Amino acid sequence: MIRDDYEMVIGLEVHCELSTKTKIFCSCPTEFGGEPNTHCCPVCMAMPGTLPVLNEKVVEYAVKAGLATNCSISQNSKNDRKNYFYPDLPKAYQISQYDKPLCNHGHVSIETPEGEKDIRILRIHIEEDAGKLNHDEYGRGSFVDLNRAGVPLIEIVSEPDMRSAEEAESYMRKLKSILEYIEVSDCKMQEGSLRADVNVSVRKKGSTEFGTRTEMKNMNSFRSIVRGINYEAERQIELIENGEAVTQETLRWDDISGRTFSMRDKEDAQDYRYFPDPDLVAIKLSDEYIENIKKALPELPESRKKRYMEEMDLSEKAANFVTSSKYYSNIFDEATEKCNNPKAVSNWLMSDIAKVLNEREEEADKIPFSGKELGELIELIDKGTISNSIGKKVLNELFENPKAPSKIIEEKGWVQISDEGAIKEVVIKVLENNPQSVADYKAGKDKALGFLVGQAMKETRGKANPQMLNKMFIEELKK
Amino acid sequence: MENEKVQISDEEILHIAKLARIKLGDNEIQDYKKNLEEILDFANIVNSVDTENIGETIGVNENYNRFRADVVTNKEMRDKLLQNAPSQDEGMFRIPKVIS
Repeated sequence: MIRDDYEMVIGLEVHCELSTKTKIFCSCPTEFGGEPNTHCCPVCMAMPGTLPVLNEKVVEYAVKAGLATNCSISQNSKNDRKNYFYPDLPKAYQISQYDKPLCNHGHVSIETPEGEKDIRILRIHIEEDAGKLNHDEYGRGSFVDLNRAGVPLIEIVSEPDMRSAEEAESYMRKLKSILEYIEVSDCKMQEGSLRADVNVSVRKKGSTEFGTRTEMKNMNSFRSIVRGINYEAERQIELIENGEAVTQETLRWDDISGRTFSMRDKEDAQDYRYFPDPDLVAIKLSDEYIENIKKALPELPESRKKRYMEEMDLSEKAANFVTSSKYYSNIFDEATEKCNNPKAVSNWLMSDIAKVLNEREEEADKIPFSGKELGELIELIDKGTISNSIGKKVLNELFENPKAPSKIIEEKGWVQISDEGAIKEVVIKVLENNPQSVADYKAGKDKALGFLVGQAMKETRGKANPQMLNKMFIEELKK
Repeated sequence: MENEKVQISDEEILHIAKLARIKLGDNEIQDYKKNLEEILDFANIVNSVDTENIGETIGVNENYNRFRADVVTNKEMRDKLLQNAPSQDEGMFRIPKVIS
């Protein structure tokens, strides 16, 4: 939290690697993690005489992203060169888009404590990614791997509409969710396929002018985005309060020290001398082309949320959670179809499943089982085959070694005991072993009943049907 | 329409040289200035054309939408690509250390 009399102004430039099979300007694979320089050709390496040819899927995916974020799509667009020297950029220019991006003026809505808020999108353009520099700890030099050079990116530029680190996080999460739903990117932040440059400035509340901003480059986790923004805002406020000025500069956020550092080498490079790339021709998109992509868009989170609230009676909170990720939402649909109990499905997702993911520091895409399996688990509980607490044990098994829940409980011998005779046997045994509790209960201490039920559960390793146990204890104690 | 002669300052020449990673001696600045001014004057002739009723130009020629299908056809060729590298190690170009 920052001081009450200041507010933050935040804008994000989000880079997203598209999940095309090939690079943007050549037919090399985009796959992550290959041996260095094995996904490369003379085009990637900027050998003299090579020419780029635009991948049609890149245009399609960018248009999809534009439509899903309420942008208008340019019918006339082109590629431009952005010129700068860096060893990860073999041509000494990046092919990008300058004054004619594919998509303009969209918006996405986020949830804030004050309600829904629209974050405006200025533009979305296509460009190529740069290669990767590896640094040697012995100082023998740097090593250039160009596998990533030419991987297609879209850059989504927001307006400076966010006012807190939490809003920036919500916006980033919303974009990630949309891009996953429309299947244009795998959005794996740890692999760098979704990352953001974060612009932050601060101003006195009520002021309409913007303060001087700084830009933190290449943030690739939600946590560092939030920490970086809060750190930067506090640093800027302190400067201003001490009568100093904020310098407009490019910064690197360091997760370990929790600080930002100036990237002086980027300072001189701001003069990019953009000009149209003469190696590429114009991109002209017909109404029909755009309309066809629009028609083929899958159901987006906003519409799913509405459907869940109206048709399945989920609370707004539950519907927001379930639609926050395509993976949650798909599991929800599948599980609900199987067990016909949408509320139970959303509860499992929000509590137990989210808890495990949290502990593992993983996102929803890492859930190793399907909605069908979750649906079956809930069905088994609803039918009384297993208790809720056994259900939780089955869920842990699903995370470790996913297979059909009915198989798991069979193998582990976890089927709930609902046989009256068997339960009675346990109840009598527990009563005999705990005369003190029996006396307490008869003396009016209702709590003793809970203790006895607990003992019976322990005796059956959680397999006894709790409602039946309760009922039977009361009956026996009355005798 | 007559265009005014272009004038470039010494600072601009030095800035452009820096962007292009060219080191200029003091005696070279004037030469570059003269050459660049002549080039810009030449290019500025275009500005005298009346474009009142001509639409916006996108792209350098009449062609548009020259796309490629998204199919992997390139084969691995690392050895060939690296064969002229002045220095290499573990399949990568080795370059002077870059401070990150």
